Amino acid sequence: MSTTDYAALAKANGLDRVGARPPLWEYLKEAWERRHFAIASARYVVETKNSRARLGVVWIILRPLLTAAIYGIVFGLIMPSGSRPANFLPYLVIGVFIFQFFTNSISSGASSITGNSGLVQSLSFPRILLPVSIVLRQLFEIIPVMIALLPILWITGEPPRIGWLMLVPILAVMTIFNAGCAMIVGRLTVHFPDLKQIIPFITRLLFYSSGIFFSLELVFAGTEKAGLLRLAQLNPVHDFISLARGYMIDGPPATPFMWLVVGVAAIVVLVFGTLFFWAAEEKYGND
Amino acid sequence: MTDTPMTITPASDGSDTSVNKPTVVVDNLHVKFRIFTSGKAATKNATRGRGLGRSTREVHALKGVSFVAHEGESIGVVGHNGSGKSTLMRSIAGLIPPAEGAVYASSRPSLLGVNAALMSELSGEKNVQLGTLALGMSPADARAQYDNIVEFSGLSEFMDLPMRAYSSGMSARLRFAIAISKTHQILMVDEALAVGDKDFRQRSEQRIRELRAQAGTVFLVSHSMKSIQDTCNRVIWLDHGTLLMDGTPDEVIPAYQASK
Repeated sequence: MSTTDYAALAKANGLDRVGARPPLWEYLKEAWERRHFAIASARYVVETKNSRARLGVVWIILRPLLTAAIYGIVFGLIMPSGSRPANFLPYLVIGVFIFQFFTNSISSGASSITGNSGLVQSLSFPRILLPVSIVLRQLFEIIPVMIALLPILWITGEPPRIGWLMLVPILAVMTIFNAGCAMIVGRLTVHFPDLKQIIPFITRLLFYSSGIFFSLELVFAGTEKAGLLRLAQLNPVHDFISLARGYMIDGPPATPFMWLVVGVAAIVVLVFGTLFFWAAEEKYGND
Repeated sequence: MTDTPMTITPASDGSDTSVNKPTVVVDNLHVKFRIFTSGKAATKNATRGRGLGRSTREVHALKGVSFVAHEGESIGVVGHNGSGKSTLMRSIAGLIPPAEGAVYASSRPSLLGVNAALMSELSGEKNVQLGTLALGMSPADARAQYDNIVEFSGLSEFMDLPMRAYSSGMSARLRFAIAISKTHQILMVDEALAVGDKDFRQRSEQRIRELRAQAGTVFLVSHSMKSIQDTCNRVIWLDHGTLLMDGTPDEVIPAYQASK
């Protein structure tokens, strides 16, 4: 019985190993060349997601509005407190909408690989397109929500101002931040499927610590709590929300420190997320 | 290392493809799946590990498969259900990582199929667009291919309907038309030829032969011995994850049929 040295035969004929992870640069280049797939797939999911509901796409705007209405009733009318600013309704709505962009990106990003095993096991493309596509989808959903936000601000006593335009760079930086987060949780869920059950608790914790329905600045007022306030302000999610509030409504203005926190966080998370996701490229698909 | 039980014999059509340049080398390929289980397994020989809370069972889907495929070969893959045919195809395409061994290829082998990329709520037209982009075409190429795909599928009057309104035969035809629109050097077809009516099946087989003629290598998984006989010049027989036989259709098909 003769034994063939298959590896040597492959090498002699110039064959490459299939499924080998490409070098980072080539990987990113291929991902960029195939970006249209990620964009089209994100667009069509948004288009079709609510196609069976009577109100269709209107639900994309209606859902966060209803969420905001519940918080408004509970925290504005039933449990009023001194930790809330005077213009509480616009303050709350901005917080809820911006936070929603983050939490939706994380929770759907977690299943970007595990929830697409059919796709992963039948077509080859850089898997990083999956978390990217999911965050793009959330971006496409948040844009109409943000447009709906503007008349709400006006009605609740915040007249239009030039600062409303700052929403564009804020959402742009936040998209980068969310994409990095989605890549990290996307890979982690492949190794630990139970993470998906834990993520709602993490986002809940962030919800309460990011000052959605109260002002961290008012809660941590006073010099003895200045350290805690600083710590809370290092949370990028809080800073994204504070930036939007600072530019869009009356109250404490946006500060360069907030931009520094979100800018550094977005770059660090994106770079780390890309490397972390790419490192396990060969392992996706084995479930 | 498991060696091939039979030596590769010259192809039935007279041309010896085994002297051609190798395009795919499968070297002692093992694939294992770890699956969370519930209930009791009927077999005792499966390895069981106890994870946190739930037991996992390791399924050894491919147990050391080795062979070499050459240019111009059209290889039928036969075997009973669960013998590892689809796993072998996916693993050659690099979609399932091997537990041991490796697959080498001259260019990236692709699995014929875009099913997973398509969306049932979306119109046929947009699904064609999405499917071609998923195959890696540029938007310009995708637009250029559109008419060919619609024509091949024969569904031009239904392109504005969502795919969920299609009959199963219609959606299978559209999926096949999209998948086949791209030229692949190494192509794997998993049971796709069984779709549609007689006329469509003949056109599909014709297209497969065309692809093979473009100096490619084609793998065809099928339970239909007729389509294997018609399109393949070599057959490999998988059984319980091992390669049982490798040869011409005239040798392997009767042996496989006798085993049933």
